[in-house]
Parts: sequence; C-alpha cells; structure tokens
Amino acid sequence: MKTVYERPTLLKEAYFHYCPGCGHGIINRLIVEVLEEMGLGGDAICVAPAGCGMLLYNYFEIDVIESAHGRGAAVATGIKRVRPENLVFSYQGDGDLAAIGTAEGFHAANRGENITVIFVNNGVYGMTGGQMAPTTLLDQVTTTTLRGRDSCAAGHPVRICEVFAALDGTAYLERVAVNKPAAVKKAKKAIAKAFQYQLDGRGFSLVEILSPCPVNWKMGPLDACRWIDEVMVKQFPLGVTKDVTCS
Amino acid sequence: MNRLMSGNAALGEAAVLSGCTHYFGYPITPQNELTEYMAKRMGESGLCFIQSESEIAAINMVLGAAAAGARAMTSSSGPGISLKQEGISYLAADELPAVIVNVVRGGPGMGNISASQSDYFQATRGGGHGDYKTIVLAPASVQELTEVVPLAFDLADKYRNPLLILGDGMLGQMMEPVDFDGLTRPADYDKPYILTGAKDRPAQTIHSLIFDTKLQEEHNWKLFRKFQLMEQNEVRYETYLTEDAEMVVVAYGMGARIAKGAIRRLREEGLKVGLLRPVTLWPFPAKALQEMAKTARDFFVFEMSAGQMVDDVKLALGGGAHVHFYGRPGGVIPMPVELSRIVARHYYQAQSRDSAVKRKKR
Repeated sequence: MKTVYERPTLLKEAYFHYCPGCGHGIINRLIVEVLEEMGLGGDAICVAPAGCGMLLYNYFEIDVIESAHGRGAAVATGIKRVRPENLVFSYQGDGDLAAIGTAEGFHAANRGENITVIFVNNGVYGMTGGQMAPTTLLDQVTTTTLRGRDSCAAGHPVRICEVFAALDGTAYLERVAVNKPAAVKKAKKAIAKAFQYQLDGRGFSLVEILSPCPVNWKMGPLDACRWIDEVMVKQFPLGVTKDVTCS
Repeated sequence: MNRLMSGNAALGEAAVLSGCTHYFGYPITPQNELTEYMAKRMGESGLCFIQSESEIAAINMVLGAAAAGARAMTSSSGPGISLKQEGISYLAADELPAVIVNVVRGGPGMGNISASQSDYFQATRGGGHGDYKTIVLAPASVQELTEVVPLAFDLADKYRNPLLILGDGMLGQMMEPVDFDGLTRPADYDKPYILTGAKDRPAQTIHSLIFDTKLQEEHNWKLFRKFQLMEQNEVRYETYLTEDAEMVVVAYGMGARIAKGAIRRLREEGLKVGLLRPVTLWPFPAKALQEMAKTARDFFVFEMSAGQMVDDVKLALGGGAHVHFYGRPGGVIPMPVELSRIVARHYYQAQSRDSAVKRKKR
C-alpha cells in the first residue's frame, strides 16, 4: 500500500479551532509541509498574530512567538537581526497587516528585512466576529458595513502586494488562493519560494493568500470558495506581483 | 579616564559596555543624542542599530530581539514612551528582559522639550495595560549612569522583566565628566526560554494569550511573586545628611540634585535638613522612609511635576509623619535657592506647629 497523504510531523496532534470551511487550516498545513520538505523545522521561528491565526503554537511543532496585534513584522525583524541563520516568518491577517500593522509591515518591507510574511486575506476581521477589514470589497456586507462597504465612508480595499511592490526592499510578492486543489498547490509553491528567497538572503518576501471565511461571509463553504474565484480575484488578482531574481 | 559626555551619549556608551547588542530607536527630543550615539557606536562595533518607523515598532523589535536572546534596548521621551506601553506590557507578560530609557520632557500632550518628572506615575504603575510592574531606576548624574545602566541590564535578565531608566531632559542634555573604568559588563544568564529554532530540543513558544482565566490568574500570581522579590531585594536609595535631620527632603533624579544644593544652603543657615533620594522609584524605598520617620517628623517632597511621588511618600508613611510638597510642573526647572526658601518656610512652620502642640500639652 502506498501512502499518499499523512499528517506532517511538524503538525501537532491537535484539533484546529478554525470554523468549518475556513482556509487557515489549509494554510497552516501548507506551511509545515513546506518546512518539512525543505528540512527547516529546526530552523524556523514563527511570529503568530492577534486574530484567527493566534493559536498557531498549538498546531506547529516549531518555535513560535505571539505578537501584539499588527506588530508581527517588527517582532520578526528583532528576531532575524539576532538570528540571521534562522528562517523567520510572520503569519498575519488582513486587519493585522493591512490596518493596524501597516507601518510595521511597510517598513520591514522597505528595509528589505530578510523575513517572510504569510499574509492571509479573507476580507474580514474573523476572530472578532466579521467586521470590515481594510481588504473588505466594496458593497461587501459586514457587521460594521451593514449596507455594504461604501468607499465614501470606509475607503477602498487595500491591495498589499501592489503597494509593497513599489518598495525597493521587496524581493518576492505573490498572491495565491486556497479555494481549490490546483490553487492550493500553487500556494504551497509560493510559500516554498518565499522561504527559499529568505534562505538565499534576497530580502523581504510576502505571500498573500486569499482564504475563505464562510461563517463571516454568511455563505456555505462551497459558495465561499466559488466567491473567491468569481468576485474576490477581480479586486485581488492572483499571480506574482514582484520577483527580484538577482540578489 | 574621565571623558566629557552628555547624559544621552553616556547612556549609549554604558549600554554597549553592558553588553547591549541591539538598539532600536525613533527620534524624539530630548533624547536624540542617544539614538545618534548608538547609530555611530553600534555601527563601529558591528552591533545592530535600527532607526525604526515608530516607537511602537522599536519596542516590538526589542521584544523580538529579547525573545531571540539578545540584550536589547530602546529609548524615547514622554509621548514616545506612551506609544511603547503596549509593547512593555507584552514584555512583562512574556517575561522577556529589556531596558527602556525615558528621557522625560514636559507634558502632558506634546508638552515641551525641557526637563520634567511628569512620567513618574506612568513609570511606577506598570504604565501599560494589565497587572504588572517594572523596576524603575532614576539616575541623578552622568557618572551614575555607569552604575545604573549595567545594573539595569542585569536586573532585566535576572528577573526576566522589562526595566525602565527614568532620566529627564536635563540629565540627557548636560555634559559632565564621566569615567567608565569602573563599569563591568553584567554576566550572562542562562536563557532556556529563548527561541532559537527547535533543532536539538522540543518546540517552544512565547505567548501571553491565556484563555483559561484560572491559568491567567496563576500566571498573574507568578508575576506578582516576582514583583514581591524585587520589592524585597532591589530597593536602592541614597541619603544625605539625614542622621540628625528634622526635615527630610525626598526627591529623585535631577530634582534631587537641585534639592542637594538647597539643603547645603539650609545647613549653612543651621537648619537640620537632609535628603532621601530614591534610586529605584519602583520598588519604592518605603521602609527607609518609615525608619527615618522614627526621628524625623517632617518629610518634604520636591518634584518637577504637580505631585506624583508624593503619593508614594504618603503611602509609605501612612500618616506617621507630616508630608509637605513643592512641585514645578511643565518643564520648569527651579534653582536651589528657590527650593531652599520654600523648604525653610515649611521648616519654620513645622517648628512653630510643634511648639504650639507642646504648649497645648502643658
């Protein structure tokens, strides 16, 4: 009998706390799969956010530190400057990176800090109950945009990859999704590439991952996956935004 | 060998000599010379200097560096220290060592860039959210920085807790002769808690999220016991002419320098006045005050604020002595002669009060 699928050894024997249909579980798994395949489990230090991803240390069999809301890139900077030999990455949501932590993310990117940010974009504040995020689409209904996001009152959805692409310190930026098997494979490749760029010392790398949040989107899991393809990617086009191949 | 240095620059030099390898700072007056000194000194020594995008980023870089095992420091002044409070709370909750310097300026709000002691409450009451304390060291001369800074790094490591050095604009800006020869780098502590990657050991985590209220309570009591140990072991203060003093002036930092000048004048006039200078503002030298209250009936608190430490003096004395107060908030720096006049008035008033009591008793 051939084993085609098993629990990565870097994934603890614990139940994810994520809601049904949530993308975080897939992304968590992809990260440890990549670390395992690259043999980096003993080198990795993860900075967990405030938000749905905050309990990563319950799932990852690697060193993890929790960051205050939005400060992941600054904490990762501190760690990396002490331990340049380690693989240091932060895991941040859209509220974390694109709202409260914009300055920390932006300037870590601009300094070309040799770290990786795994940026989970699900268009809402998930953990606090589905409020508007900086990435919430126009007309999207959330608990704080009851008639849909109105750009006059609440601004526009922020495209982090495109914003960061303008910064000279960034080496690799790609937007992927985890709403179907082919997309998940691409997401895994992107994570592996970002980690490799860090190992090669190329500077700041970020993988933005469009991730379903059926509970807060008030959709079934399948509809949520379809909604990413049909609606979300129009605002957040998939693909490589920046790839500086020379060091 | 004596060098003429500003307090800010001496702070930086003392930090490097104490083993500080990572400094993260953001410009704010009156502490800019420290950030600039670190840029130069750490650059020359192959150490890490980052001018961060904000005070918030700086304190979180400190947190990351401490979690990775480095002796890390940041510095700022009033408004910037307010921004750092979230990070300081996390450092305390995570039990991570760090040294934070506040070169205090006049406040509240934007205030001004003169010397002030307006951040006493913020420094001694934890400062950020949650239930925690930090040791607060208040040096009163540039030379004293060579003792206070290594002590700060040592105590931060010893207790795994952030520590504040509370100076002010005058200490930071003024130049005094300073001799670093007596400064010894504090020994390194074993740091099994730091994150190095789970290579030859199980994975570790550093976090302060504790959903279970009972476990959170347990964590808080654990921190509390640590703070109790600090209160028992780390109280530091200086006394000056207190043996026969009928009135003890209580002042710290540059306020104590001014008070010393005032006391010298008053002694020349024959007034029995002495000085108690807390070096640790927290833990506060309450026992020393109580001990002095056995012989001195009057305590005169002088602060460059509208009155903050005076609360701690009253708490320590518990009504067991008379407490007087004189403060100059807003960045005003009074001259010793001004203070000596006020102290003298209170001294003579206390004498007539005591003789009136004696008359009544007869």
